[in-house]
Amino acid sequence: MSHPMNRREILKLIAAGAASTTLASCASTPEARKPLARVIVIGGGYGGATAARYLRLWGGNHIEVYLIERNTNFISCPLSNLVLGGSRQIDDLTMNYAKLRELGVIVLNDEVVSIDASKKRISLKKIADLDYDRLIVSPGIELMHEQITGYSAEAQKRVLHAWKAGPETVALREQLTSMRDGGVYVLSIPKAPYRCPPGPYERASQVAHYFKQAKPRSKVLVLDANEDIVSKKGLFLSAWNDLYKGILQYVPNQEVRELDAMTGTVKTEFDTHKGDVLNVLPPMRAGNLARDAKLITHNNRWCDVDWLSMESTAAKGIHVLGDATLAAPAMPKSASMANNHAKIAAAAILAQVLGEAPNPQPVIANTCYSYVSDSEAVHVTSVHRYDAEKKTLLTVPGSGGVSSARSALEKAYADAWARNIWSDTLG
Amino acid sequence: MYRTLIALMCALYGSFAMAQATDPNLGRNLAAACAICHGTNGVNAGGLPHLAGLPREYIAQQLRDFRDGKRPATIMHQISKGYTESQIEALAAFFAAQPTR
Ligand SMILES: Cc1cc2nc3c(=O)[nH]c(=O)nc-3n(C[C@H](O)[C@H](O)[C@H](O)COP(=O)(O)OP(=O)(O)OC[C@H]3O[C@@H](n4cnc5c(N)ncnc54)[C@H](O)[C@@H]3O)c2cc1C
Ligand code: HEC
Repeated sequence: MSHPMNRREILKLIAAGAASTTLASCASTPEARKPLARVIVIGGGYGGATAARYLRLWGGNHIEVYLIERNTNFISCPLSNLVLGGSRQIDDLTMNYAKLRELGVIVLNDEVVSIDASKKRISLKKIADLDYDRLIVSPGIELMHEQITGYSAEAQKRVLHAWKAGPETVALREQLTSMRDGGVYVLSIPKAPYRCPPGPYERASQVAHYFKQAKPRSKVLVLDANEDIVSKKGLFLSAWNDLYKGILQYVPNQEVRELDAMTGTVKTEFDTHKGDVLNVLPPMRAGNLARDAKLITHNNRWCDVDWLSMESTAAKGIHVLGDATLAAPAMPKSASMANNHAKIAAAAILAQVLGEAPNPQPVIANTCYSYVSDSEAVHVTSVHRYDAEKKTLLTVPGSGGVSSARSALEKAYADAWARNIWSDTLG
Repeated sequence: MYRTLIALMCALYGSFAMAQATDPNLGRNLAAACAICHGTNGVNAGGLPHLAGLPREYIAQQLRDFRDGKRPATIMHQISKGYTESQIEALAAFFAAQPTR
């Protein structure tokens, strides 16, 4: 990997010819073909896979890139609510890392057990330790089941969150299809911030859509710990009113504190609710890997970063992406953002390795589409620009907004967003 | 003084050239945010407009028209308002220069 003796010279060589935007296409002397740095990316979800891909797209063979992911496949959370609604299958959302491998990313199906920031070394479950020059972690979230009394390991077999797409998504769909007509599905939402602000309201819409088609006497009961709908309020309310009246009931200020999986009950501060299918989303925090590496700096939950580079404020040389970060103001925890974070990090790492000036003002854009049925969708979007004074990303005044109304056209665009973010993330 | 001079030069010669001179990756980095809908480097994976290789002035004009409400849109009017005139120029130049594949 790094060769301190002649690294400086190589850097000069590269810098001399680095006017082109893609390094892959510039200097190609034998020295320059040796990687200048090894970057290890942990977590092959939206943030990590995008970072690995863009380090290679922009850095070519100058960067040796490892991507370490414990799951064999990539399963998309976005669109996984449609599996519950019945208009998509989990296979439609399941992808692999073959194209990243073709691009030269060394993809390892393994779990990272620890990070030694001082030695710049990681330990893995299956293979020997690996050294890095720069580390990127995008571990996603951990669900804080312990915050809800009764949400024991045993209870978790019956009461699902399905907030990480995969077998739980399929199992929750099975609970819904085998529920009696006239039954009640309870969805409980934790206080913000949590992964994907509009996601629970999309899920409620999808389950209501399924009931309307298949079990019209059944009910969706949404218990929201927040005092109001967190995202796209007007659009969700009008969809619920027009499409799911009498099926979907929304109750704010209902923080679930206790559950009983056997009797199907949840308790909030003052109320008790019963359901045939309980879908309880506990509060969330950054993934265990971030916690164990002491990257969590805020509230015991999230990781502060320098928004110019995504470098952790707690550990030099380690960049944190995606849901694990302490979000900048008005920035959601979304796949769109994780993908954009990855590009800030890739650009910053390449600038550092190649001795170029870093980007002084990153500008990124978020969009979250939500499907309110099998045929219509809505969006929320925002543009975030680095503010040198406040040292964070702030929404650009006047930009962003939500759909004027739900529509079939936006459903088609939502499908297109998914296709494009999948190929932009995985190749 | 220096700042006013720069501002003046930008106004005179077009800020795009200036921005390019200071940061060769400006267009690339800005355009990366568009990829989640328009595809990596503007090569669309299906369902949304392809941007790679479109004429530079066409792209810039569409962004201005979205921004100014002259071209109807579901979302681009909201996104384009997040970019300055020189960033619009940098975006347009980047996509125009991409191979259509
Ligand atoms: C139902 C639902 C709907 C959603 N819809 C949308 C949407 O429409 N649009 C949108 O933009 N976002 C949406 N999201 C949010 C989106 O899924 C997340 O914001 C995104 O996945 C965050 O990316 P990430 O890289 O932070 O985490 P993830 O994508 O979760 O990736 C983390 C990866 O790290 C791996 N990992 C963790 N620890 C280790 C370790 N120690 N060793 C090896 N691997 C490890 C995990 O296995 C995982 O693959 C939705 C989420 C849900 C739950
Ligand atoms: C969330 C998805 C999304 C993102 C992100 C996005 N676009 Fe678009 N773009 C669209 C859609 C949808 C249209 C069609 C017009 C509309 O309905 O808004 C479009 C249309 C366009 C067009 C017109 C194309 C033509 O053939 O006339 C241009 C140019 C464009 N976008 C540029 C950009 C640029 C530059 C960015 C990044 C700064 C960007 N877009 C980011 C969704 C997106």
